[in-house]
Amino acid sequence: MTDEVIKAENLTKIFNKSLVAVDHINFSVREGEIFGFLGPNGAGKTTTINMLITVLKPTEGRASVLGFDVVKQANEVRKVIGVVPQEYTADEDLTGYENIILCADLYGIPRDIAKKRALELLELVELTEFRDKRVETYSGGMRRRLELACGLINRPKVLFLDEPTLGLDVQTRAATWEYIRRLKKEYGMTIFMTTHYLEEADALCDRIAIIDHGKIIVTGSPSELKDSLGGDIITITIKENADVTDIIRSVENVKEVRKENGSYRIKAAKGEATAPLIIEALRRKGFTVTRLSLTEPTLNEVYLEYTGRAIRDTEESKEAFRMHRITLRRARAG
Amino acid sequence: MSTASQSKATNAANECRPSLARGLWALTYRELKKWLKDPVMLIMFVLQPLIWMGLLGKSMNIGGLFSANNINLPPQIPIPGKDVLSPPGLPVVVLNGTALAQTFAQMGSKIMENTFGVTDYFSFMAVGMVSMIVMTTTMFSGMSIVWDRRLGFLEKVISTPVSRAAIIFAKILNATFRAMFQASVILALAYLLGLQLSSSFTLLNLLGVYAAIFLLGVGLSAVFIAFSIRSTRMERPMQFISLITMPLMFASNTFFPTKLMPDWMQAIANVNPLTYLTDAIRRLTILPLDASALIWDFTYLGLFAAVLTSIGIVLAWRYLTR
Repeated sequence: MTDEVIKAENLTKIFNKSLVAVDHINFSVREGEIFGFLGPNGAGKTTTINMLITVLKPTEGRASVLGFDVVKQANEVRKVIGVVPQEYTADEDLTGYENIILCADLYGIPRDIAKKRALELLELVELTEFRDKRVETYSGGMRRRLELACGLINRPKVLFLDEPTLGLDVQTRAATWEYIRRLKKEYGMTIFMTTHYLEEADALCDRIAIIDHGKIIVTGSPSELKDSLGGDIITITIKENADVTDIIRSVENVKEVRKENGSYRIKAAKGEATAPLIIEALRRKGFTVTRLSLTEPTLNEVYLEYTGRAIRDTEESKEAFRMHRITLRRARAG
Repeated sequence: MSTASQSKATNAANECRPSLARGLWALTYRELKKWLKDPVMLIMFVLQPLIWMGLLGKSMNIGGLFSANNINLPPQIPIPGKDVLSPPGLPVVVLNGTALAQTFAQMGSKIMENTFGVTDYFSFMAVGMVSMIVMTTTMFSGMSIVWDRRLGFLEKVISTPVSRAAIIFAKILNATFRAMFQASVILALAYLLGLQLSSSFTLLNLLGVYAAIFLLGVGLSAVFIAFSIRSTRMERPMQFISLITMPLMFASNTFFPTKLMPDWMQAIANVNPLTYLTDAIRRLTILPLDASALIWDFTYLGLFAAVLTSIGIVLAWRYLTR
């Protein structure tokens, strides 16, 4: 088995011959990692995931999951993947347990194994006491957990999560992250996820691809991406009234120093390691540092750097988003 | 990934043996469960043909037109002698009006029998209502695929290795089962309201009735599923249904025999599958048995189901994955 669990080459999807949703993207996902697709709504994240899970056919290019081509060997792909879609897809009229068993039947998992596993999964996502309640009565977080359980029924080697925490409140979101981490640990799966929450990508993903307008702009681990910005921001104040810019600049890893309102704003790689060096260098020359603060760049800054706008700016109003979804759905159907 | 977890994962993949039968049963079972959990819809569906049957079927008392009471001749009918050709020369002839009305009434029921095959219109149209409920039930349940798409359920099912044919057949089977069940309800109600069974009717004939309903149900639901398979909105299939139900119903033998229709309408009625279902059920319930006519009905229904199901399956393969 290759190290590349998912591989996409020039993967492209054009709807209605004109709407380019995904534009010649290339990426690969390594075994055992959580790989995140980060981008605003409508960037092409869901379209990409739908091509990888064999629901949509690529217009151009190719992709493979565990070495199986998503078009030519679609059925092989379907057997080894788990899918947790963006919407709540469970049947509301059935109970949680019935929904999981239905999924098991679709995968053709033998009944006795399916029953045992369904109970295990319900336990895992803490829905055991609601197993015989209709899904209709579940809260958003419970439904999301049920979707997770359904996606795991075939013990997938690769799990696809499409916006796993969309529309959940902050607490439920944090709980869902916990489940995802636990899943990865317990089953050793490779996870491909999409999100438009920066903090989610930062907290969960081993590697991230930032996608915008159907194109991948940059790929890397969250810390790599942050480092690529040129490092952390260190702000110091000294007791003495003197210009120490040159002393600071001579310290290793320091890239930029600016004097601002009596304090120094320093851009440096590996801020945690560099800050003590700066203090040491200043002390050797007889200066005393009175205040120091260290800010690590967030993905927000990374995003800003690469797309030229904050992710918040690209979030349309709820109504606009809904309209966009409808347009896209019609385009997909037509 | 460690070797242990890798082998666990490999085993998991081997466990997946998606089969057409298994998937078909799971998906059909799901729909039937949903259906049984919603008895209101069930009643609503039965109500419409019941109203047609109870009000229209009972008010259109065509048999009553020809009753002695309705003909209502005076007891004595004098006729001037010059109007009587033979024997000639009588001043006046008096006819027995009551007897004459009886004769007309007898002719009336002969006319009814020649037209409808039975002497009461209610029995004739009640069977038509069975066809009607088969049609409406299959149409509306064909639309459930639109809901599944909207709710994302369809996409989830597509992402599993279940056979694509199972997805379509589950819809078809579910629609057909519903139609069969609701048709039984209508038949039972019709019997309670005064449907006259023929002397050749046995319980075995009911099997034939179900077979006929099954064939039409399968064919019709395949059409509607094929039509709505790409739809993401309810409006289009809805429009289509309301457009097509009336012509299908009227240009058939549901309310009136086709032989008295103008030629162009007969041409439509003769290809309309509803005609064949209604005819088959009538022959199995209220009319004397005519094997050759029945065989022709079943052949047509069988071909209809086979051709349209094949089209449905082809479209499913083509359009489920876009």
